[in-house]
Amino acid sequence: MSERKRTTVVFSALLVLSLAGSAVMLGRVDALRTGATLEEVLYVTSPRTVKRMSLGYHGLMADIYWTRAVQYFGRKHQVRARRYDLLLPLLDITTTLDPQLIPAYEFGSIFLAQQPPEGAGLPDAAVAFVERGIRENPTEWRLYYHLGFIHFVERKDYRAAAAAFQRGSEVPNAHPWMRVLAAAMAQFGGDTRTARFLWQRIYESTQDKLIRSNAVKRLRALEVDEVVPQLEAVVQLYQQRTGHLPASFMEMLSAGYLRALPVDPLGYPYKLMPDGRVEVQSPDDLPFITKGLPPGEQPTFVYTPPQPKDKL
Amino acid sequence: MTSRIAWIAFNTFREAVRERVLYNLVFFALLMVGSALLFGGISIGVERLFLINLGLTSISLFGVLIAIFLGIGLVFKEMEKRTLYTMLSRPVRRWEFILGKFFGLAGTLVVNTFFMTVGFYAALFYLERSFTPADAQLLVALYFIVLQLLMVTALALLFSTFSSPVLSAVFAFALFIAGSFAEDLRAFAAMSEVASTRWMAVAAAYLVPNFSALNVISSVAHGQPVAGALILGNTLYALFYAGAALFAAILIFEHRNLK
Repeated sequence: MSERKRTTVVFSALLVLSLAGSAVMLGRVDALRTGATLEEVLYVTSPRTVKRMSLGYHGLMADIYWTRAVQYFGRKHQVRARRYDLLLPLLDITTTLDPQLIPAYEFGSIFLAQQPPEGAGLPDAAVAFVERGIRENPTEWRLYYHLGFIHFVERKDYRAAAAAFQRGSEVPNAHPWMRVLAAAMAQFGGDTRTARFLWQRIYESTQDKLIRSNAVKRLRALEVDEVVPQLEAVVQLYQQRTGHLPASFMEMLSAGYLRALPVDPLGYPYKLMPDGRVEVQSPDDLPFITKGLPPGEQPTFVYTPPQPKDKL
Repeated sequence: MTSRIAWIAFNTFREAVRERVLYNLVFFALLMVGSALLFGGISIGVERLFLINLGLTSISLFGVLIAIFLGIGLVFKEMEKRTLYTMLSRPVRRWEFILGKFFGLAGTLVVNTFFMTVGFYAALFYLERSFTPADAQLLVALYFIVLQLLMVTALALLFSTFSSPVLSAVFAFALFIAGSFAEDLRAFAAMSEVASTRWMAVAAAYLVPNFSALNVISSVAHGQPVAGALILGNTLYALFYAGAALFAAILIFEHRNLK
């Protein structure tokens, strides 16, 4: 082997070793540093300063900040965090840089409004955020839809929700079902049919996996919340007629009280408890459910039945 | 006269396309455009916006870098290699030399921008699988980027006539950044209560190039149309400004002692 070839081989091997070593060490260093140190920092907090620093390329900077907000939310959501301290400042900077960035208002408001650990639990801030989006983009009917949605789902303010859907339905080219929603909200308020309609529209209106997955979870939770009380009512009926609680759903099926063994939206059979309550097999896989939970387990989302004062 | 300017411009173009830095910067610009496809994937709802914003910003910023890196050496290199003296000993006037250099580099930048535009539209087509009428609006932003590059080229050439390449690069970069704050300067002037400060700020605002008016990337990314009056106004502004910088370069070069 010539001198040159030998040098090439030796230094190529050293190059590969050094690169591998640096990658391994970086992994170790990352493990030593806490997640909070790495992510809970917003070096520049003033939206105006960020805008100036962008040298006129604020559209790109807005996209970068929006991506940062999405990544921040995704990381926090993954570890089921209870606090999302940087979410609002990141969204504020994003929309100051680009007030026409509609996806930031649409999805950012959902991130803000949902109760922890599904979101930041700031429904009022979410409303203010979408209202700001509407001021900047008054012809975007989807923003009115999101505003009504937050009033309905997170704030239980059916009057405000109906008003938002109504305002949105008056925007040129608004989808016809905005008018339907306004009417349904005014008439039925917190009816689960209205909630299902809303989540179905959310599911159909986006291709984003995170948002669609969230909508699917909500739709599943609505189904569980609807089915569990119905099953418990049938169990009560069985007890009234036979004088004892059924030992299993199979017993009820044999007696003709059920047409099939009831399964939850994930396909798992519901559990019939000795005291006549009905529980889901895996509550952790069904976030947002308020019924079918084991005693003492708190729902991540509290559904308040509509009160007369809430209805128009 | 025209043939002499064209000859210098052609040679400048030929020399510029041999520069390795040019290909490196064009490669990085295209890399940025391509990477926008990946960045869009880790966000929500902004794939197209991300591609347009990152693509056009890359074309603009890398174009400015090319204009400055190539522009600052235009006169200095000719002096260093002593080719300037050979050229000026022929019937070539100094102002013809400056204009030829400018048109040569401007041609290089237009060709570069064209290739980066092709790469950008290819990435856009890859993302959307078709073109829409809104995509034609993006050409206006690209046209404004070309106007911006003409202004930067003229400024780099101006500094090149009396300064070393390093200092010319510093001056050109400083003016590029100052030009991005031109509207802030005007706002500062409007707020100032001292008359002398106000006039100085107004003068500075008109003296530095106003690049913010030429930056419509964000608007076209949202599909907002650009008014014909703005296109005409920006075209005339860029031509006047680049002209002023070129004439200043000619005046300085004309009176410079080259011995």
